[in-house]
Amino acid sequence: MSTRLANTGRLVNKNKAVSFTFNGKNLSGFDGDTLASALLANDQMLMGRSFKYHRPRGVVASGAEEPNALVNLGTGSDFEPNQRVTTTELYDGLSATSQNHWPSLEFDVGAVNKHLSRFLPAGFYYKMFIHPRPFWKYVYEPIIRQSAGLGKAPKTRDDDAYEHFNINVDVMVVGGGIAGLSAALAAGRTGARVLLVEQTAHWGGRAVVDQPTIDGTPAEDWVNTTLQALEGMGNVTVRNRTQGSGVYDHGYVLAYERITDHAPDVDAPRHRLWRIRAKQIVTATGAIERPLSFAGNDIPGVTLAAAVRDYAVNWGVSMGDRTVVVTNNDDAYRTAITLKKAGLDVPAIIDARDGATGDLIEEARDLGIRIAFGKGIAKVKGNKRVTSVGICAQAGEGAELEEIACDCVAMSGGWSPVVHLWSHCGGKLVWDDAQAMFRPDAERPPLGADGQGFVTTAGIANGHLFTAEGIADGFAAGRAAAKTAGAKGKAGDAPAGSDAAEGAISPVWLMPQGAKQALRSKAWLDFQNDVKVSDVQLAAQEGFESVEHAKRYTTLGMATDQGKLSNINGLAILSKSLNADIPNVGTTTFRPPYTPISMSSIAGPAKGDLFQPVRLTPISDWSNANGADNEPVGQWRRPYAYVRDGETVHDAVNREVKNTRDNLGLLDASTLGKLIVKGADAGKFLDMMYTNMMSNLAVGKCRYGLMCTENGFLSDDGVVARIDDETWLCHTTTGGAERIHAWMEDWLQCEWWDWNVYVANVTEQLAQIAVVGPNARKVLEKLGGMDVSKEALPFMQWRDGKIGDFDARAYRISFSGELSYEIAVPASQGRAFWDALLDAGEEFGVMPYGTECLHVLRAEKGFIMIGDETDGTVIPQDLNLQWALSKKKTDYLGKRAHSRSHMADPNRWKLVGLETLDGSVLPDGAYAIAEGDNANGQRNVQGRVTSTYYSANMDRGIAMGLVHNGPDRMGEVIEFNKVDGGTIKTKIVDQVFYDKDGEKQNV
Amino acid sequence: MSNAVSALQGAVAPGEVTVREGGLQGMITLRGDLSNAKLKSVCKTVTGATFPKMGEAKMSGDNALAWMSPDEMLILVPHSDVADAIAKIDKALKGQHYLAENLSDARAIIMVEGTFAREVMAKLAPVDLHPDTFKPGDFRRTRLGQVAAAFWMKDDDTFAVICFRSVADYTFRLLAAGAKGGAVRHF
Repeated sequence: MSTRLANTGRLVNKNKAVSFTFNGKNLSGFDGDTLASALLANDQMLMGRSFKYHRPRGVVASGAEEPNALVNLGTGSDFEPNQRVTTTELYDGLSATSQNHWPSLEFDVGAVNKHLSRFLPAGFYYKMFIHPRPFWKYVYEPIIRQSAGLGKAPKTRDDDAYEHFNINVDVMVVGGGIAGLSAALAAGRTGARVLLVEQTAHWGGRAVVDQPTIDGTPAEDWVNTTLQALEGMGNVTVRNRTQGSGVYDHGYVLAYERITDHAPDVDAPRHRLWRIRAKQIVTATGAIERPLSFAGNDIPGVTLAAAVRDYAVNWGVSMGDRTVVVTNNDDAYRTAITLKKAGLDVPAIIDARDGATGDLIEEARDLGIRIAFGKGIAKVKGNKRVTSVGICAQAGEGAELEEIACDCVAMSGGWSPVVHLWSHCGGKLVWDDAQAMFRPDAERPPLGADGQGFVTTAGIANGHLFTAEGIADGFAAGRAAAKTAGAKGKAGDAPAGSDAAEGAISPVWLMPQGAKQALRSKAWLDFQNDVKVSDVQLAAQEGFESVEHAKRYTTLGMATDQGKLSNINGLAILSKSLNADIPNVGTTTFRPPYTPISMSSIAGPAKGDLFQPVRLTPISDWSNANGADNEPVGQWRRPYAYVRDGETVHDAVNREVKNTRDNLGLLDASTLGKLIVKGADAGKFLDMMYTNMMSNLAVGKCRYGLMCTENGFLSDDGVVARIDDETWLCHTTTGGAERIHAWMEDWLQCEWWDWNVYVANVTEQLAQIAVVGPNARKVLEKLGGMDVSKEALPFMQWRDGKIGDFDARAYRISFSGELSYEIAVPASQGRAFWDALLDAGEEFGVMPYGTECLHVLRAEKGFIMIGDETDGTVIPQDLNLQWALSKKKTDYLGKRAHSRSHMADPNRWKLVGLETLDGSVLPDGAYAIAEGDNANGQRNVQGRVTSTYYSANMDRGIAMGLVHNGPDRMGEVIEFNKVDGGTIKTKIVDQVFYDKDGEKQNV
Repeated sequence: MSNAVSALQGAVAPGEVTVREGGLQGMITLRGDLSNAKLKSVCKTVTGATFPKMGEAKMSGDNALAWMSPDEMLILVPHSDVADAIAKIDKALKGQHYLAENLSDARAIIMVEGTFAREVMAKLAPVDLHPDTFKPGDFRRTRLGQVAAAFWMKDDDTFAVICFRSVADYTFRLLAAGAKGGAVRHF
């Protein structure tokens, strides 16, 4: 059984107990424990069930690479699935539950899958679920949904805070082991601005466990001294619990800081995502130990050798009294030595090599540990934990020579440098045959904009497994990075490390090398996704020769750990199956982030009421306090209608529609775009931007204008006012303000850069209020000031002056067909002006109205709306707006496009009014059906609805639509389809439904 | 003008770093040839500030000149003085190609004051805010969260932020959330 040791545990404070629960059971650990070490200390070896076969699984690693021991962490708003116990620091009150089992971890019905594993080989889903087709939807998919999936989805909103942090540095060092520390030391001494991050809570990496000598002192002393030195440098920032997660183009790095995961009661953001712009990046990310592929290598108790050592040294936890070490290299001997010195039993070191010599081997032998060269593990025995191992000849097929009883198997297949961050942005790898590993190819780093490398890798991550070379490499990398980044100072002397002499590794990809099918199908490669040696071999056999294909066919490396333990072993098996060399098979692509980071950290503050900006006008507060039922218009929220007590939204719209025609309506039109265009060439410029003539507009007058794209499609419309000789004010649609501003700047900066024109977007400078209805003039006259009579301010003109005591510009324009003014006042005065109008308008029946009333009023008058009558495929001619296409001008944007054959085609659908015979409202977007079917068996169509409303003034449905030869078919009845399958008989009519002669606005 | 109010009417989020709306502030956008002597001269005349270089804001009391782009200057004067200032500019630049526009009400100004104000800004803007790089008098047009903004350092503990009026509420709450998140203890 796993338990706490008396005399080790450098990271735990045994005087401070911490209580937590696992599957509801109250357990106790120590301050400094990870959840993994605390569970092991409580003899909780079984921590979860695997994804596909529901096999019992325990912890296999001690760090970020852990594939098995994932838990649901927290409850309620703190709930988070798939948390690795190895990277979860223990805190008082922690609550964890195991995943992927039913009804319980100990007894799992789904584990029946493991007996079916013979029938669930690689590609099973692809092969099985293809036929019969309907079974997918009704049988397979629901069943798979039930049985698949890791963890549970959170049910409540996460109420923690998250934030981003942007910094620029000269040198970013990722990894707080001895290589990273010495890189930061070198770079820091040169005076460069340095950031050093370490993903765990502790510094020193492997060195503080294995304790080589550095500068004549134990590694831990050197680490502490160096860290102190770095913290004392003003130009260096060190940050633990911060993972360098991804490297992107131009030296952009994301680092993921877990601020309160270990201390949830602290009032601070939970995670902080650092967005770093680094001139140079040093990845000192260490290496990950590889498992060995032998039958039963996934049974709880089979653990990476270095992890067994970590648990013993760091947290004072043993995986069991008797540990068999199985290895192909010398490093795993350290585990045997450590355990033996801690008073535990190591029945044997099973060394797959035919023989080796080295200091560690000697030391193990001197401690009396039995060493069996040329041997391997035939299979591990046990179910929910290891009971014994069967030993065989590594060269054979797995005939068992001997059985050794044990509680733990410490395995080591060698080390794979963590090349992820090097590779994220295109750094290439080379296969190092002597060390049996992929390591970064220094000749082919990720390249920056200048064609030079911007990532250097150092230490173990660079393939330097030994202290002396690793620390020297780190120092050199830091010094070089700082120099490239422009630092001038001297880095001084590098620290010197020393190591025990070690023998060479002998690669072992399958144990025993000739393992039979029965053993291969129990030899796991990818623990989390249940991919075995036999699956990869089957994929190769079935033709999935590319490593990317084999990965997807088998799901190797596709789990949340992204194959940190499995990728190299898997592709070694694949290359063997293909009779190819490992480097010729290559690796899959390393993509950021290094480990999963919280979605919330990516969102940062953009959640809840900061999810996205909502734009407010000076009138918005009043509207929201007075029944506004808002609709989104871009990022604005505009009142759709002002709903009164007892009304439906529909009632409110009808009331507003009638009242505006009968009395007086107010519209907050502040969102309409307003662009000032000024300069000697402004007239010429506007003649190009608009289809009609703007240069000849007289000062004081307004003109409605259309804008097309260069492809001739209608893009925007609005009223243009001539302010003075050199200045025009162009109104755009609400959604067009920023777009048309950018469009104008684009032409001015890129095409007509020599024209003297400046554009300013004054949209938000002005609050603009439409004063509409038969009483519009009365209310303005009551406020006093400017003469707004028919004579002084005729239709389509504007004047500056005072209205009441407001600085106003009054436009006599109408989008409703009523007597109408749009009054612009400075935004700071907007609310007061609105209040004044409401106050003065009371006797005239004033009511504010929303955007739906605006739409109905304009539709009653047959006015087009950009975005309803247009959709990016409509040209002015479709809308019978030929009158607005200047024939005098030699050019304007869209002119040439209008002469293209398709644009000039007489068969283009054209705008007409539509009246249903029964008075009902046509469905929005409905199609007019025509005879016959098209080539796809769909009904032919001859038109479509673009706008459709109930008109309270007409007491019937009114609509506009584009119809084939529409204007020539007045009075004809055609049929529009309905959502329920029927059709509606509809008459083609003139698009102006109300006040056809325009008498109401002309007063 | 007694009717005039600023976007947030002086809202304050107090704390170790306080976020405070700055109230009505006169702002004139001046586009033109920034190397023109008359333009430089009138900018100095209306503000009392020296003419800034790229990336700078030059202050004179509460007035300031801020470099917005190679052909755009932001002129800060009291809200009530804008019309006079524009008249002076119109007079000085008569006959030249320029655009002077009152944008005081199109924007809001928000002050971020306190010991870690610099870090609050770095939480939201992709700008190198290291004390060696960004100092009082430095000015940037950038973004804060999801909106366009500009800011400059008034002194070691104070940033002045300008954003569009319609998103003043969003920007204010975003800055307040950054302040509430506390110091990063990086700078």
